[in-house]
Amino acid sequence: MEQYISLFVKAVFVENLALSFFLGMCTFLAVSKKVTTSLGLGVAVIFVLGVAVPVNNLVYYAVLAPGALEWLGFKEADLSFLRFLTFIGVIAALVQILEMALDKFFPALYNALGIFLPLITVNCAIFGAVSFMVERNLNFTESVVFGIGSGVGWALAIVLLAGIREKMKYADVPDGLRGLGITFITVGLMGFGFMSFSGISL
Amino acid sequence: MANAKEMKDVLFGPVFANNPIALQVLGVCSALAVTSSLKNALIMSIALTVVTAFSSLFISMIRNHIPSSVRIIVQMTIIASLVIVVDQVLQAVVYTTAKELSTFIGLIITNCIVMGRAEAYAMKSPPTMSFLDGIGNGLGYSVVLLTVGFVRELFGSGTLFGAEILPLVSDGGWYRPMGLLIMPFSSFFLVGIFIWILRTYKKDQVEAKA
Repeated sequence: MEQYISLFVKAVFVENLALSFFLGMCTFLAVSKKVTTSLGLGVAVIFVLGVAVPVNNLVYYAVLAPGALEWLGFKEADLSFLRFLTFIGVIAALVQILEMALDKFFPALYNALGIFLPLITVNCAIFGAVSFMVERNLNFTESVVFGIGSGVGWALAIVLLAGIREKMKYADVPDGLRGLGITFITVGLMGFGFMSFSGISL
Repeated sequence: MANAKEMKDVLFGPVFANNPIALQVLGVCSALAVTSSLKNALIMSIALTVVTAFSSLFISMIRNHIPSSVRIIVQMTIIASLVIVVDQVLQAVVYTTAKELSTFIGLIITNCIVMGRAEAYAMKSPPTMSFLDGIGNGLGYSVVLLTVGFVRELFGSGTLFGAEILPLVSDGGWYRPMGLLIMPFSSFFLVGIFIWILRTYKKDQVEAKA
């Protein structure tokens, strides 16, 4: 049990996908204007990560990993070179399902997310988390914890940034820097701050 | 067929006027990871431009046959196949650099510029224009990447393309490198400043007061 808690905390703070690895930046910068929208996106990302990481874990160890096809009689088979294509296929299918579900049940959120919902597919946070899962040889339970943990970390980061940006409306920012420019610099400073978590050993 | 002026707009518009990173907020992730040296930035720019151009071309060619409910999967398959081709070509031509960059080449699949242009432009436009749009956006991406890579490598480690420009104190020279620029998040500050400079010249890009 303890190892799962430490894995979770690590995924949320120490190895925060957005602020330590800078994954999923496009959506991170573009959808963080309002706390409510970013909260919606954050939940969507938690969901996609929570499903995509374990599913890809199953696919990888059942089909792609070296020697995984032994039960079919292919002892030597090593399909791990196909993993990029497979992972992205699984992620794309999941996002498409999510898009249809949101369109039907939460049209307001669907409209607010706009082009950024299909872009969750290419959100490097998802792809990055799946690659990390393979790199670190996580088992199935760990992959569930890791998927949800990194999703929570990403959602936390985008909500924090949205909070700062809502307050920043009252600041007198130089013309050319207003909007995107100052957001980049803010994220840089947040990354600076999150570096302090890297000293924690769990 | 589109006239020459329109083609020029599509090709060069994204370089400064509608830059994918500075204005459309696409493809930021890799821009931050690969810019610590100019050589990596250059190879990444070329690879991305090629992938964007050809994925836009192919997606635009079959755009009328893709059912909209499975379009993402179709687009991703085309992009992922192209990325595998680029990866193989790089391994054949510049083997050592390709090994070094292999993770980032893989991340082109998830680069939002490719997918963003496919979704926003290639799905609605004829093949030639989409091809030019892909090249144009690749160029816009390259401009930002090369600028950031130039500053980070020159002032962070005192070299350009690995060749010594500013002799370091540790090697008996006079230049004390800025450690901050080696850190990944320094590229955020640089991109922020890049946007500031760009918008000082292009007043129309300044965002309205909320």
